[in-house]
Amino acid sequence: MTIRNTLRDHGQRYRPRMACLKKAEKVMLEMQDPKTGVKSQPQRLVITTIPHAITGEDIIAWLADRLQVDTQEARNFGSMLVALGYIYPLQDHKRLVIKPDASLYRFQTPYFWPTQQWPVEDTDYAIYLAKRNIRKKGILELHEQEQYNRLHKWMNHKWDFIVMQAKEQYRAAKERKKPDRVVFECQERAYWVVHRPPPGTVSAMDYGLDRRIDPNAEETKTPDFYERIMIFTQQSIMRPRVKSSVSIGAMVKYCATYSSHDPFLSKCLPSNPWLTDDVTYWTLNMPNVEIPTTMRVERWTFSFGELLSDPRGRNDFRLFLKKEFSGENLAFWESCEDLKWGTAATMSEKAEQIYKTFLARGAPRWINIDGKTMEITLKSLKHPHRYVLDAAQTHIYMLMKKDSYGRYMKSPVFKDTLKKAICPDEHKFSDAQLEQNAKNRRPSLSPIVLRQLELEQKAKMAANVDITQLCRFTTPVPHLAVYSGISDFPSANASPSLPFLAHTTACPSPISVALDSTSASERRAEANEGEAEGNPAARVPAGGNVSKSRMALSLRRLLKRGCTPSTMFASLSPKCHSAAGTSSRIQPIGPDQPSQAPPRRIANFFQIKVDIPPECRIYPIESEDEDEETRAASRGGVGAKEIICPWESLTPQNETG
Amino acid sequence: MAAEKAEIDALKKECDGLRTKIEAARKAVNDGSMSAAAGGVASVGRVQLKNRKTLKGHLAKIYSLHWAADSRQMVSASQDGKLLIWDCFTGNKLVAVPLKSAWVMSVAFAPSGNLVASGGLDNMCTVYNIKAASPKTLRELDAHTGYLSCCRFLSDSEILTASGDTTCCLWDLETGKQKTVFTNHIGDCMSLALSPDQNTFISGACDSLAKLWDLREGTCKQTFSGHTSDINAIAFFPNGHAIVTGSDDCSCKMYDLRSDQEVIGYQDSSLNAGVTSLALSNSGRLIFAGYDDFNCHIWDTLKGEKVGVLSGHDNRVSCTGVPEDGMGVCTGSWDSFLKLWN
Repeated sequence: MTIRNTLRDHGQRYRPRMACLKKAEKVMLEMQDPKTGVKSQPQRLVITTIPHAITGEDIIAWLADRLQVDTQEARNFGSMLVALGYIYPLQDHKRLVIKPDASLYRFQTPYFWPTQQWPVEDTDYAIYLAKRNIRKKGILELHEQEQYNRLHKWMNHKWDFIVMQAKEQYRAAKERKKPDRVVFECQERAYWVVHRPPPGTVSAMDYGLDRRIDPNAEETKTPDFYERIMIFTQQSIMRPRVKSSVSIGAMVKYCATYSSHDPFLSKCLPSNPWLTDDVTYWTLNMPNVEIPTTMRVERWTFSFGELLSDPRGRNDFRLFLKKEFSGENLAFWESCEDLKWGTAATMSEKAEQIYKTFLARGAPRWINIDGKTMEITLKSLKHPHRYVLDAAQTHIYMLMKKDSYGRYMKSPVFKDTLKKAICPDEHKFSDAQLEQNAKNRRPSLSPIVLRQLELEQKAKMAANVDITQLCRFTTPVPHLAVYSGISDFPSANASPSLPFLAHTTACPSPISVALDSTSASERRAEANEGEAEGNPAARVPAGGNVSKSRMALSLRRLLKRGCTPSTMFASLSPKCHSAAGTSSRIQPIGPDQPSQAPPRRIANFFQIKVDIPPECRIYPIESEDEDEETRAASRGGVGAKEIICPWESLTPQNETG
Repeated sequence: MAAEKAEIDALKKECDGLRTKIEAARKAVNDGSMSAAAGGVASVGRVQLKNRKTLKGHLAKIYSLHWAADSRQMVSASQDGKLLIWDCFTGNKLVAVPLKSAWVMSVAFAPSGNLVASGGLDNMCTVYNIKAASPKTLRELDAHTGYLSCCRFLSDSEILTASGDTTCCLWDLETGKQKTVFTNHIGDCMSLALSPDQNTFISGACDSLAKLWDLREGTCKQTFSGHTSDINAIAFFPNGHAIVTGSDDCSCKMYDLRSDQEVIGYQDSSLNAGVTSLALSNSGRLIFAGYDDFNCHIWDTLKGEKVGVLSGHDNRVSCTGVPEDGMGVCTGSWDSFLKLWN
């Protein structure tokens, strides 16, 4: 059983495994082979001869041949062997490199190899230094003297032991034959150069920080250990696997597709800022730039994910969806993302907002997800957490990907963007200009500033509420407009005949008194109501949006049917549920609400079909809506008075008195 | 005692049986190799990058670096006890964050640019708010029992950490508490990487295994073996379906997530230094791997060949990073310099 040390450990325990040592040792053994290894020669040293000395050039040549590499790489490898301590230089022993000439080297004895079995102890180093001191006083180098003094201070308590050991070793060494003694001294000296390098040199033994878990310890094999492995392996086996050829093929294709977008493989236009110190590339590719570059637009065609992750691409897509009247999908997706990555404090509030805007029956921007997903989502919304809308978000994502994305690629919106996209020319700077660029480098805009600009832009969008996408009976809260994906192009549909949008006058409606934010649509409704008996023709925007006028007309019709505005709004606004003082838990609209009749009518207009069988078409609503619009448009052209209410033609049986 | 031993032997046999089964399952889908698929792909040739900038300012070994989401700013951590936030384009140091504990091993930049996190031998992950007038400690996440080897932000409210106590952990920054603890490794976790869709992440550990985890469920989904030593660096292939690992056994390997096996290995007999860090270029075609031999070698992902080298450092390359726009690669080294290449 491994006992974990729970105390804060500022020096962890175990040396990291240096697997490269094993590789080096293998090569070393081959090098020392008498037949196929490096040729050795005896070295003459005054009167003694030391066998088995090898020259640097021989080592390099052998390595180049054995590893099939060029001389420079062989030299690097050789230097590494010297740095690790497997070979040591006989001349210039402090520099641990291979010199490609006749300088002599010797193989280090395995006793001094840098194994990981025992760490290099300071005690041994102290003994070594003491021994050298005994042999000849003043022979220690400056850094060695400093080390000696430091160790003397640090190990004062065992200094007697150290001196005794040093004397013993010195005496034993004197009894050896001279050649052996010389060899051993060289080896020992080389060992310590590796493990206690002189200052200013880089030590190959420097491995950084120790590991916490002993790499040599084996986990005890209890039954539990095996059971865990078995469960995991069984789950693993059952998981579906894709054929590797398919997967690898996808990778190869990915590389090929993005190759022209990789600054390492292709030139980037106009120029790489790191090369020319000119920031045009970055300016042209800001997140929310007005006109994108052609490369950027090309990336949108690679995958739906690319389009959505680029804010400019998303804007374009949003514009396209607005024209198709399916902007709620993207708005829902964006609000899910906001929920996932936002702060925990705002989460339940956001989840509630999303529910009311997109999921509730009668919601203004109801999204079309299948019954099962809706059920799961509604259930989990009772306990909202960060990922509560995952299932629904995935469904909508796939919907957009399989359906809208394809049509977007063929749409005039995209084609227009593609046509307008910039393809900058390559910069051709002279040396003088490059110098000038380098001098003119400026810091970038702080990300905080950029985010503030983004938020300001969003707020501006929120101010131009696009009522073709919103239900007039619900209260759009300011941040809701962000989710509704209002396009940032000044909407031609913002009709001049609805000026009240600009100011935030409080409404006398009982709902707005209870709520902290007034709704633009309520205000509109009030204004409508006020002018209802007036000029109906004025309600029709010139050449405008048929659905808007339909909305206005239908409200008037409802009003004529004798409902008072206050009670109607009270019953129709989903927000009234919270105003009614219910608990903080999100409650779906129950069947026992008094607002049964009007919602049903509005239901038809706002395309709510809660009982759709799951196997129904993906966009039954859209096509119907389009049909309605074309029908209405054709009839609308006759005259203002003949504008037809959508549900009049669609569901005559829903008319209530 | 004998009965226990018999039981253990039986379990061991069952385990081995399952292991052969999973090997068979993997072999069954292994109908194509990378060399076959990449055979028709043009070679990238020799990739020669030049050192464009050297950022000097640290006084000791640099252990970690991380690019900001704007691809211009970068944060680096050194054992002199400072985090430096650079504007790499102008070469200016924007913020210097003094650390309580100088033994820092990892640093991360939040995608929003507001926060920076660091951790090391103090077993804690400290999150700093760098947008305040002077950098303020926002949170000290203290529950690991081992050193912090790697941290990555998911957003301004969540952060993932990998620790030497063999666990990875997902924290909630607002409460400062652990949300999920991912336990399965039996060696120190050395590095982690988030998937592009942020639903999963991968971790590499000293037990020479790389594991894929699901962030929501908190469980290990897949395990990849093949290395013979500590995995020091790990990264996702840009399409999110493959991972690349770098290990102390001097090789890098690519594993495919969907077919659950190793696809290709990147090793060379003349390279005998451990991989400390790695990063991929935007298209995934190039792998920049920092080694202990003071160089950063460039590999062709598809062909498995070495196509370039970045030499210039005087000590081990400890960290490598490619920014989001992929315009260059930055290497940080124990020689206390950061070099930008392209």
